[in-house]
Amino acid sequence: MAAVLAQGLRKTYGKKTALDGFDLEVAEGTVCGLLGPNGAGKTTAVRILTTLLRPDGGRAEVAGFDVAARPRLVRRSIGLVGQHAAVDEVLTGTQNLELFGRLYHLDARAARARAAELLDTFGLEHPGPVKEYSGGMRRRLDLAASMILSPPVLFLDEPTTGLDPRSRGEVWKAVRALVSTGTTVLLTTQYLEEADQLADRVSVIDTGRVVAEGTPGELKSKLGGDRLDVVVRDAARLSEAAGIVGRVAAAPAEVDQDTRHVSAPVVERVQALTEVLAAFSAADIEAEDIALRRPTLDEVFLSLTAA
Amino acid sequence: MTELTMDPPFTRLRWALADGWSVARRDLIHWIAQPMTIVFGVAFPVVIALAFGYLFGGAVDVPDGADYFAFLMPGMYGMTMLFGLGATMVAVTTDLSRGVTDRFRSMPMAPSAVLIGRAVADLLNSVLVLAGMLACGFAVGWRPASLGGALGAVGLLLWLRFALLWAGMYLGLVAKDPGAVTAIQTLEFPIGFLSNAFVAPGTMPGWLGAVSEWNPLSSTVAAARELFGNPGWGGDSWVAQHAVTMAIVWPLAITAVFFVLSVRLYQRLDR
Repeated sequence: MAAVLAQGLRKTYGKKTALDGFDLEVAEGTVCGLLGPNGAGKTTAVRILTTLLRPDGGRAEVAGFDVAARPRLVRRSIGLVGQHAAVDEVLTGTQNLELFGRLYHLDARAARARAAELLDTFGLEHPGPVKEYSGGMRRRLDLAASMILSPPVLFLDEPTTGLDPRSRGEVWKAVRALVSTGTTVLLTTQYLEEADQLADRVSVIDTGRVVAEGTPGELKSKLGGDRLDVVVRDAARLSEAAGIVGRVAAAPAEVDQDTRHVSAPVVERVQALTEVLAAFSAADIEAEDIALRRPTLDEVFLSLTAA
Repeated sequence: MTELTMDPPFTRLRWALADGWSVARRDLIHWIAQPMTIVFGVAFPVVIALAFGYLFGGAVDVPDGADYFAFLMPGMYGMTMLFGLGATMVAVTTDLSRGVTDRFRSMPMAPSAVLIGRAVADLLNSVLVLAGMLACGFAVGWRPASLGGALGAVGLLLWLRFALLWAGMYLGLVAKDPGAVTAIQTLEFPIGFLSNAFVAPGTMPGWLGAVSEWNPLSSTVAAARELFGNPGWGGDSWVAQHAVTMAIVWPLAITAVFFVLSVRLYQRLDR
């Protein structure tokens, strides 16, 4: 059963279309990265799936419950970490978790015990109010508050936006720990690296619909698999080098005059490399650098979302 | 486990109150952690009262030669209730903009608890601030005539605050942004000046005086003066003659309108 299922979700704000036939399926126990630029509809999708927003069309199920018909059962099954660290700054970490624990209808003693447990798990033993926390600690507290009932499905809306690299690493570590316990995670992000690091599958969203879907590896290979990159020493030999690379490549080579860079997608990696090197030495073209590499998710993303 | 709508009404009510209290308790912890916010909440109307009493008091002609403070303090108690409007709006917009309201809404708690909690916390806050103001009144020589009357007056003042809670919640839900609240907060003083809190409406130009007399704040303040046994401006109009009645009716009308509007708007946050 899919932990998260969205079919043809539509949502407009006045004249602006936020979601335009949004489909998504997240298998239980997996991490799905919803990747897209600002304004692509990521947050709108999360808000609909977490019962905060009503769709204009389409339907969605979370943990097997219809979000429109059974919002309360959905709320019992999810945790939400929104774009703001939605914790109380004046309260301490313990007081925050006890407050949310009570609101999840734990009794006072159970709420206290769960708060202590979560503070320990997320490494948040700071006695002072949350306003003394670092950005990463706030996010982790936010994450802890979402995990009070150990919900099967967790939504993270840009969990590391605005964090420094160190805090980002801390949050990633915390998310990985949750995933290892079997929690299904839907994570939105603008950072390709984040999707690459955390997600089993990635859905690329642009202007309100999913434009590509697959594992990070599959998405990368959609761009033509591996690429052969050559830097030519003598700029005058650049077009000649491009011709050689183009002969062994799956597509015409791209040439950058300024960096003397020739690049092309290749299918047979090692064979292509050997042939190019042989042809270069026969033609007496000197290569400063030559390498095989997979396309970055950035390249995939830009090629998919470029209008 | 069933949907909330399928729970028996008593269970729903119990959770609404229990969750509302949990939400309100957050504010109580704030006050303990930051007692200065309460101190400033009291200090602000105290400073205004002292400024008006000592700076302008000499220039105001009070009936029966009474001290201006005896007249001013019930007006300031009313103003204190009015200042609560801004406080409620700030609290509502802050929670909205920081995602706290969304967190509550994504949880399986009673949805009404967010509004109930706000109402309980703000009303308790106003009780504290009003107590501080009454102490200030005693310090500057203001006295109520009888305990029973005083309790009635305090009751009517808090009744006005209760009505303004829902107005504040509605305006906060409309404004959404804490920045926009400041604009509405600056209107608190004109509303106060356009009432009998500081001066007699009879001394204003005719139409302005009429507006002031029909200002709900005027009814509460006039009723409080009457019940405290403090001097008032009197006034021959119907609304001035029926201050206590109107001090009950006005907040009731405000509550009826804004309670419905704010609950509706809160339910429609998902639009």
